[in-house]
Amino acid sequence: MSAALRLPKSLEDALLAVNTSTSRRSFLKSSGALVLSCSVSAVPGGRVLAQAAGEGLYPDPDHLQLDTWIVIHPDNTATFFVGKTDGGQGTGTAFRQMMCDELDIAYAKTSLIMGSTDTTPDQGGSGGSDAIERDGWPMRRVAAEARRVLFKLASEHLQIPVEELAVRNATISAKTDTAKSVTYAELVGGQRFEITLTGNNINATRGVADVKPVNELRVVGQPIERYDIPAKVDGSLTWAVDVKLPGMVHARNVRPPIAGATLQSFDESSVADMPGFVRIVSRGNYLAVVCEREEQAINAARQFRVDWAPPPEAPFPASDKLFDYMRSVTPTSSRETDSRGDPDSALATADLVIETDYEVPFQGHTAIGPAHALADPSGGQMTIYSNDMKSYGLRNGVANFLDLPREQVRVVYMDGPQVYGRTAADDVGFEAAFLASELGRPVRLQWMRDEETAWDTKGPAYTFKLRGGLDADGKIVALDYDARALDYNHLGYNDPDTVLIAQLMGIRPDSPAEGNAATPSNKYAIPNRRMTARVVRLPMVWETPLRTGNLRDPNGPQVTFAFESFIDELAAVAKADPVEFRLDMLARSAEDDLFRRARSLATVRAAADAYGWVSRPSPNLHVAASVGPILSGRGIAYTYRNGTIVATIAEVEVNRETGRVWVKRLVCAHDCGLVINPVGLRQTIECAMLHGLSRALWEEVRFDTEKVTSIDWVSYPSLRHSDTPESIEVVLVNGDPRPERSDLPPYGAGEGSHKPMIASVANAIHDATGVWLRRPPFTPQRVLEGMNAST
Amino acid sequence: MSIVTLRVNGAVHEVDIDESMPLLYVLRNDLGLQGPRFGCGLSQCGSCTVIVDGIALRSCILTASQVRGEITTLEGLSEDGQLDLLQQAWIDEQVPQCGYCQNGQIMTAKALLGRNPNPTDAEIREGMEGVLCRCMTYYRIQAAIKRAASGMAAVEQGSDAEADSLTTSASVAAIAPEAIE
Repeated sequence: MSAALRLPKSLEDALLAVNTSTSRRSFLKSSGALVLSCSVSAVPGGRVLAQAAGEGLYPDPDHLQLDTWIVIHPDNTATFFVGKTDGGQGTGTAFRQMMCDELDIAYAKTSLIMGSTDTTPDQGGSGGSDAIERDGWPMRRVAAEARRVLFKLASEHLQIPVEELAVRNATISAKTDTAKSVTYAELVGGQRFEITLTGNNINATRGVADVKPVNELRVVGQPIERYDIPAKVDGSLTWAVDVKLPGMVHARNVRPPIAGATLQSFDESSVADMPGFVRIVSRGNYLAVVCEREEQAINAARQFRVDWAPPPEAPFPASDKLFDYMRSVTPTSSRETDSRGDPDSALATADLVIETDYEVPFQGHTAIGPAHALADPSGGQMTIYSNDMKSYGLRNGVANFLDLPREQVRVVYMDGPQVYGRTAADDVGFEAAFLASELGRPVRLQWMRDEETAWDTKGPAYTFKLRGGLDADGKIVALDYDARALDYNHLGYNDPDTVLIAQLMGIRPDSPAEGNAATPSNKYAIPNRRMTARVVRLPMVWETPLRTGNLRDPNGPQVTFAFESFIDELAAVAKADPVEFRLDMLARSAEDDLFRRARSLATVRAAADAYGWVSRPSPNLHVAASVGPILSGRGIAYTYRNGTIVATIAEVEVNRETGRVWVKRLVCAHDCGLVINPVGLRQTIECAMLHGLSRALWEEVRFDTEKVTSIDWVSYPSLRHSDTPESIEVVLVNGDPRPERSDLPPYGAGEGSHKPMIASVANAIHDATGVWLRRPPFTPQRVLEGMNAST
Repeated sequence: MSIVTLRVNGAVHEVDIDESMPLLYVLRNDLGLQGPRFGCGLSQCGSCTVIVDGIALRSCILTASQVRGEITTLEGLSEDGQLDLLQQAWIDEQVPQCGYCQNGQIMTAKALLGRNPNPTDAEIREGMEGVLCRCMTYYRIQAAIKRAASGMAAVEQGSDAEADSLTTSASVAAIAPEAIE
């Protein structure tokens, strides 16, 4: 491998492991098994070698070949190949643990390759926090199948029946005589399994063997350190942002200064004499400057004189008029979900009815590292080095966009800044590939900070109107939920006709995506209810920086804020304790199955117990009457997400003089079923909570009628060290109320604890101050305004 | 263009560059260092932090030709393959998620402990305030800084036992993979 071609350490390790004297590839050559074309793809390590040498095309690794997933090396170690990516939640470590358990090999003897399209089977990359929940299953099953095959080979080798054999750490021996043994390497090290798997899609992939029952798992459940952390703290990891190739040039985009502006003309002479200038690339309203060096490209993009014509009409209302606009326009779609009973009659006859509006602004991904990619067009092919969490989609999308055969495009997945959904990593991958194809040279492109913060995809803004009725006993008899999400033309992942460069070039799908508005997933006992979700649109839906796309639990934080805050408002009116109010409605709910209801009750109770929750209604009038600037309060919120159950409690200190909210303490009770790695899980839960806290306290996309005006860390503030709680307690409730169950499944954990945070904080602020803040972020200014309005 | 002499991680480099070039791009693109990263180019986030003569500075706005002192990057913290106490604390507390910002977190903490080896919680928050993390690993960063400070104190007193007996404050302890079979 050329020194300049800096691949991920894990890939290099895999190359070295394969590139030994008894390598898989040389074995295949000597045995005559190497047939150029598809069968090569069944040898992941061999494929890497071939590509590193710049030869051949990039067919899809065949997920129905066991060799695609697992390679046993001559030194009795193993490499696993999975089609996933890890945005920093430790899923890679968890995958290894699951596969080690099924294969019966020590964790330390294994390595894992993830998410590079020509090397690993297409599991779609990441998304939906279902890495463990869904994609872990084929990994476990193929590892179990490898173990079965190894037992069969060992039986033949040792002339001992399979049932009289046992395995310990990749060595199979006779149960009665451990001297009669053979290692995995002696059986298949450097060779192919040649086992064809079944399954009509990748999630269903399996061999003959079954996975182990949960109570036989040994590596699963262990708090193993994440393997990727040491190289991230000593500076040795090569990230996507670090890759350098011979002949590489640097590009920077030049964006329209006004949303929807049309490129009229540009003055190339304004940059042509600048040092290192290579070329201007322009098509439609897409414009980029290419220079030899990075800082040259940055300078040239700044000095470039471009004439833009503004759009005939304002593309959107200003952010301070956004919610009025959303309430006034006709929805593009409306749907009712989960409605039952007769909410109108029940509200008309209820003892007490309250009606409340909530609002949530657009919030952004705003990755700490602006989007970047390096695209290499060498040899008429296209290789993209990227941290895009859906590397397979990027490959397919770019092939379509550039009209290249899929087999000529690959994405090498590498570490990068956080990817909690549909980020600008998608957009920049297409842009780099386009520029590389135009220049015929490797092009490295990174967005600038203002570009990232203004133009990355947004979580949709929401307005809500909720009405709720209580009976004479203070129970909710009716609830009417009506939500509007500004989500029309919601972006998919890596769509060649909706990525930003396509939009700017005028490429469009037949019609914009309908978008989505969501309703609560909580199953409380509410006999009469109507849940309505409507989508609304902005005047301009193309070429706009206010593009919506999935942002960590795409609708959950907004919906859970409105719903769980409204539950607290009803509890306060009923003068009920917020925990008891919820437990009562969960216990009476006939809609949940027993499993879910029992887990919900256990989780809410666990949070209350861990917090030391004392039963009383909110607000805490004793606190409000106290002297001094600091008011303390607590707030709970409960939620359910795809099988995962979460209850969070925030304890806040509100400074009534400055308006500053400090969440001093956080407690989370969390049930995501089977725990693969408790250390990684706890960290993921903690950080997802704090990300939610950042959205609760600080984050809001601001814009005037032409452009986004929140463009850096001052105008788009984010949580900081001083906002960090003094203590965070995570209680892993995980378990099954039916203890005999040996197949407890895992559910996702990347988003569940993110979801209830805005609600927990709003409820805690009310408990402390008696004031309902119905619109995040709860900035000092908004807290003071709320408190002043209530007095 | 002019020849600029830079002292980085104990080595001397002469680079022929535009004098106005930010140090970040020299480190990354001429000297092949990958610790400091571009985050904002505005001195707002800290991802590009390096230490110059003991002070944490933002290399995205620092002109390369301005720097006279000894520059340390993340790669320069470890000596002879031995991780700095802070780096080890980062592993023990399992701090990073994506890890993109952690260069700035570690380098800023290193400079903080250099001038204040035993910071209070408030001093840690204040000293780290300007270094952003969008994965929100703050809680563990602060725990790791306290762990490293305790470790430094223990080393100072010649008490390895105390350094070893520290328990993680952010989580149940992670275990090294070799412990699992």
